[in-house]
Amino acid sequence: MIFPTTPSQTVGPYYAIGLPWPQGPFVVPEGTPGSVRLHGRVYDGRGALIPDHLIETWQADPDGRFADMHGAGPDGPSALEGFRGFGRCGYEEGDGSYALWTVKPGRVPGPGGELQAPHVLVSLFARGLLNRLVTRIYFADEAEANASDPVLASVPSERRSTLLADPDGDGGYRFDIRLQGDGETVFFAL
Amino acid sequence: MLSGMESRTVAWQPIADTPVAYLREGDETHPPLDSPAYKSTLLRHPRAPLLYLPQTLSEISGPALGAAARLGPLDHDLTRQHAGAPIGERLIVQGRVLDGEGKPLRGTLVEIWQANAAGRYLHKRDHWDAPLDPNFSGAGRCLTDDDGRYRFVTVKPGPYPWGNHHNAWRPAHIHFSLLGRAFAQRLVTQMYFPGDPFFPYDPIFNAVRDERARERLIAAFNVHETVPQWAQCYEFDIVLRGPAATPFEEEL
Repeated sequence: MIFPTTPSQTVGPYYAIGLPWPQGPFVVPEGTPGSVRLHGRVYDGRGALIPDHLIETWQADPDGRFADMHGAGPDGPSALEGFRGFGRCGYEEGDGSYALWTVKPGRVPGPGGELQAPHVLVSLFARGLLNRLVTRIYFADEAEANASDPVLASVPSERRSTLLADPDGDGGYRFDIRLQGDGETVFFAL
Repeated sequence: MLSGMESRTVAWQPIADTPVAYLREGDETHPPLDSPAYKSTLLRHPRAPLLYLPQTLSEISGPALGAAARLGPLDHDLTRQHAGAPIGERLIVQGRVLDGEGKPLRGTLVEIWQANAAGRYLHKRDHWDAPLDPNFSGAGRCLTDDDGRYRFVTVKPGPYPWGNHHNAWRPAHIHFSLLGRAFAQRLVTQMYFPGDPFFPYDPIFNAVRDERARERLIAAFNVHETVPQWAQCYEFDIVLRGPAATPFEEEL
């Protein structure tokens, strides 16, 4: 018997009452060796910043292991101290930007067992989004791994760059998201 | 802002029946991102079609946030988070979180937020001219129990006007956020109350095109769980998508 799914509804403009919390942007505890700032801005179809977006991320640790409560993954859970693997960033009075503190993920198996390139999964919520948008952040300085990634390979080549976070020159990475129009970020059906 | 939810690791709890893939959903359940009657979608929906994403370990795993959540003892009771009681109809809002096979999801985090009885949110950008209630913040969290059940105590939120169209009012609703057990199951939705007169005019509710699917957003009044001399009870079950059929089953 299949139970029909509850439909999605927009997070609305006032999610900051309930969802963000002070530690939310810390995928790893502050001061974790090798941690980086992953940040960017979110734009609408006219190129205007979206101040009321909420971003969530999910990723493996540098060894390719997850902080998963159900034990998904062949190698067991992450052994990295304090690794949550999950990030959440949203503001009551946002300016369209977000920032998370994390570690670059390792490689995890793909659909055919081959290794995927390092990536961070993203759920984006906002007023005006009746369902979350799902995308993946890859890293521009992982060219070799990216070249053999099965998901990136499925994306038309002229749009792949929308999935790449660029080194920001300050040890971190920048990943902007464009919901619509020129340079529209690739979003996925999951 | 609620306290708690510090980052810390938790004991590994492998569960033998962790699905390897989740059912992909058709258009009849979720509202289309391009829903012109809801004007905020106009500049915020992608124009390109969504691309197919295989469900790898990244997508079928999910955060241990539930088990790691350090819940405050009153996080589930929105009527006891301040010195006094909030104005409004006291409600018990409870239900089960299930997957598409009807299996309860235990230990998963349920987060809610809502307007007060006058329809006003405690948010700097809510400028509607209705009173704030000093005894109501409007946010709650809890973990489901071993049967997948959750329970909140709150007050009934009021409807409120918004700028989408002339004389637009949102039906009374409570926002729900569900983590499920996998990234693939993540859901944010809204719970409505039966018989709301604003249903026919609300483009967010009606963006769910299938009438039976819309009905799944409406809680049911439960007289048996209503507590005499204390609080009305509404029941709201939430179904997150379930495991995909195995290839063997698909062949049959």
